[in-house]
Amino acid sequence: MRRLIAILPVAAFVIVLVGFMVGLKRDPAILPSMLIGKPLPAFALPPVKPMAAGLTSAELVGEPRLLNVFASWCGPCREEHPVLLQLKAEGVTIDGLDWKEEADAGAHWLDENGDPYAKSGNDRTGRAGIDMGVSGVPETFVIDRRGVVRYRQVGAITPEVWSQTIAPLMAKLKAES
Amino acid sequence: MKRLILIAAAALALAGPTLAVTPDEQLKDPRLEARARALSQELRCLVCQNQSIDDSAAPLAHDLRVILRERLAAGDSDKQAVDYLVARYGDFVLLKPPFQPDTWALWLGPAAILLLAGAGAALYMRGRARVGDAPLSAADEAEAARLMAADKGD
Amino acid sequence: MTAEVGQFALILAFVLAMVQALATLWGAHRGEPVLMALGRAAATLQAGFVILAFGCLAASYIACDFSVALVAQHSNSQQPLAYRFAATWGSHEGSMLLWVLILGIYGGAVARFGGTLRETLQARVLGVQGLIGVAFLGFLIFTSNPFLRLSPAPAEGTELNPLLQDPGLVSHPPLLYLGYVGFSVAFAFAVAALIEGRVDAAWARWVRPWVLAAWVPLTAGITLGSLWAYYELGWGGWWFWDPVENASLMPWLLGTALLHSALVLERRGALVSWTILLSILTFSLSLVGTFLVRSGILTSVHSFAVDPQRGIYILGIITVTTGAALGLYAWRAPSLRTGALFAPLSREGGITLNNVFLVALAATVFLGTFSPVFIEIMGKDKISVGPPYYARTFAPLAIPLLVLVVFGPMLNWKRDNVAAVVRRVRVPAALALAVLLIGLVTVGWKGVVSAAAVGLAAWLVAGAFAIPGRRWWAGRANLSRSVRTTPPAVLGLSLAHAGLGLLLLGVTGVTAWHSDKVLTMRPGDSTVFAGRTLTLQSISLADGPNYQARQARFDITGRGGPYTLVAERRAYASSQTTEAAIHVSPLGNFYISGGDEADGGIVVRLWDHPLIVWIWIGGFTMALGGLVSLSDRRLRLGVAARAPAPAFAPAPVPAE
Repeated sequence: MRRLIAILPVAAFVIVLVGFMVGLKRDPAILPSMLIGKPLPAFALPPVKPMAAGLTSAELVGEPRLLNVFASWCGPCREEHPVLLQLKAEGVTIDGLDWKEEADAGAHWLDENGDPYAKSGNDRTGRAGIDMGVSGVPETFVIDRRGVVRYRQVGAITPEVWSQTIAPLMAKLKAES
Repeated sequence: MKRLILIAAAALALAGPTLAVTPDEQLKDPRLEARARALSQELRCLVCQNQSIDDSAAPLAHDLRVILRERLAAGDSDKQAVDYLVARYGDFVLLKPPFQPDTWALWLGPAAILLLAGAGAALYMRGRARVGDAPLSAADEAEAARLMAADKGD
Repeated sequence: MTAEVGQFALILAFVLAMVQALATLWGAHRGEPVLMALGRAAATLQAGFVILAFGCLAASYIACDFSVALVAQHSNSQQPLAYRFAATWGSHEGSMLLWVLILGIYGGAVARFGGTLRETLQARVLGVQGLIGVAFLGFLIFTSNPFLRLSPAPAEGTELNPLLQDPGLVSHPPLLYLGYVGFSVAFAFAVAALIEGRVDAAWARWVRPWVLAAWVPLTAGITLGSLWAYYELGWGGWWFWDPVENASLMPWLLGTALLHSALVLERRGALVSWTILLSILTFSLSLVGTFLVRSGILTSVHSFAVDPQRGIYILGIITVTTGAALGLYAWRAPSLRTGALFAPLSREGGITLNNVFLVALAATVFLGTFSPVFIEIMGKDKISVGPPYYARTFAPLAIPLLVLVVFGPMLNWKRDNVAAVVRRVRVPAALALAVLLIGLVTVGWKGVVSAAAVGLAAWLVAGAFAIPGRRWWAGRANLSRSVRTTPPAVLGLSLAHAGLGLLLLGVTGVTAWHSDKVLTMRPGDSTVFAGRTLTLQSISLADGPNYQARQARFDITGRGGPYTLVAERRAYASSQTTEAAIHVSPLGNFYISGGDEADGGIVVRLWDHPLIVWIWIGGFTMALGGLVSLSDRRLRLGVAARAPAPAFAPAPVPAE
């Protein structure tokens, strides 16, 4: 009996240790998205560039696509931008959501750095982003042909992230009926 | 994965102006504002390192404070207003974890551990309590009485 | 050159730690006095070299040697001298060096002052300490070298985070580390005793001063951290249940249990395996705290730069250290002496119950801190745990404990009876009741909880001073002699328990009765708040040694006034800070923070914090009580001078 009780601490310790080891592998700052498996919340945003069409959630159906949340005041967005331009050249459909700034700031940035977006909408107040659970930029949503969110990338899309995670997912979504 | 701008903003939120609620955010109705303050203290600032939205000056915290007040002003109950934010950000936004199967251990753990440890201690002490008194002989009693009379105040 | 000397000293210390560990453990196993003496010498030398290494890093900081990478990252020439020095431990590598420094010094102290210990026991204690030293010196040298050079050296360094440029940085980390690392001695003693298979009253008499010596700075360090956060961070909070704060609270709670357990072991020989287990767990929690701050497993205000690689290394250290110790415990503990008998209503029983509560409290903090990690790895849900959780779990557990604290020292050893105990507490009980009634009259039935809490605080303070009070009353025929001959340990106990009551008073005051107000003010504006009238007199700019400040000058009249307060917003080279203006008084603090510019004025936030100073007065009183206890010669009057060492290896005997 005493032997049993004496073993309890080391047994509990082993369990805790395993928990720590597995826990080390996660990034504690990344939140899982509440939208996975659900359609995007409805929004209708004015255009970023003058004379353009703006962005509505209803339009984001028909084929697998990316919705990239960006801002001109965001440093990592600058790093991600060339990757997005490359993806556009390869035929990936990307739409942009200009988060928490005036449309002309976003327009100016796109003029300077290139525009990888099929359409882009300006979310001046940030509410559309908040409705999607955005807590920072950049974030990118992977949306299937029915308009359902299948994945959210927190942080910049790097070539590794693209080839290891998002590209396979996009291929799978394309194969879906 | 470094969202540098936001981490810098969060750092500034600590190092810089640490006023959270601004006068223009506050609701006119003092009861609603009191509810908003109380609820804000139980909601986490998602881009900070361990602050509530009531305490944090981060832009996202400001947005969430404003949204919370809008919901309350629109007539939501406390639970509805909070659920609005949970629907968007998940349980992580709650500083008080919900009571659900995966948090039963968290909520019931302290009492359970107290009971377990207490039971263990009780069992241990029962094993120790065989404290009897062997009766003293008459001579020993007298000696003991003499010693106690001689030893004062200790 | 200095950095290279430091680097070399560190490597030498590493080698010496290995020699220390091997010589002592092998020497004790074989009963070889020469080897054990070699181990002691190695321990002393190791301490010397770690001191040298630390000195080299500190010298580099003070001299602004920007070719050392750490110095360039955390200091610049405009920084005041005190902060250039304190920046030595303002980084991960530097703070690990501080850790290792204190470990080395403690090891050297055991080698130097442990002469009256059984030689094999002292050797094994040094051996375990040496092994821990090897692990952490290795960690430093291989993953976190503080002496890395930058080439080319920059002309100027990045200053230390302005939040850290404060007297708090000079004292808070060293105090905390004295505590964390200090518990390694008790740990080493416990493991040594398990290896020897002997735990006796002499062992406990030896361990207790070392536990106190670690407990006192940890108490002071935690209190100081709370105080620092209060005046530095600008929104008047004093405890956030942040993971790193919890990491200091957990060893503190278990360390307190250990302190009391060792007392029972020394006096009565009971609670043997319990004391050993607590020794192991307290230091293990110190290690877990180190892991938490440096691995990135949880986000925290206090975290150093996140590096999972370092986390893995530390986890490895924890696995070996705690795992081996607990494994040894599982093997040896059942055969340890089971100890003397006592009735449930006795001081031993009281302390056992005290330990039950402290362990439950520590477990609660552990659950709250690490549940998010465990829940996330088991499912997809991500939850967070904050102050609302602890308010509903920690506080309800602490209250019964606080009630029982008064009874503990009043109980007789071995056996007591209820009627006598009730008689002994009648004075504190009457006082507490009186305070409760006065409180109820003042705040009404709405405030019954806070009135009860204040009554509980009075109970604690009165109960604490009842202990020497009864002694002095019994010896009132010759009162001055009675007072003069009171053992310091008794006074220490009273101070420590009274400090707990003062802490509770402060917590109750600020939690139950605080208020705040936020508004925009232009120069000349006035407002009324918490019984005071506040006028913003002026907003101006001023220069400090390495910052520019926007100063907002306020005139306050009314309660406690009149006085002037200046709230600053400081712009440093790298970032900004808010320096709140605080008026301190025993009845409460008035706290002003100046914020953003708005509408031609500034946003001003006001807080009223009733009784808050008692939190820190209470904490420091507790530490003082521990210090007074430590000064008691009875604690340090060691075992008889060491008998000549036996020529054979002492076979592990079940303790008598």
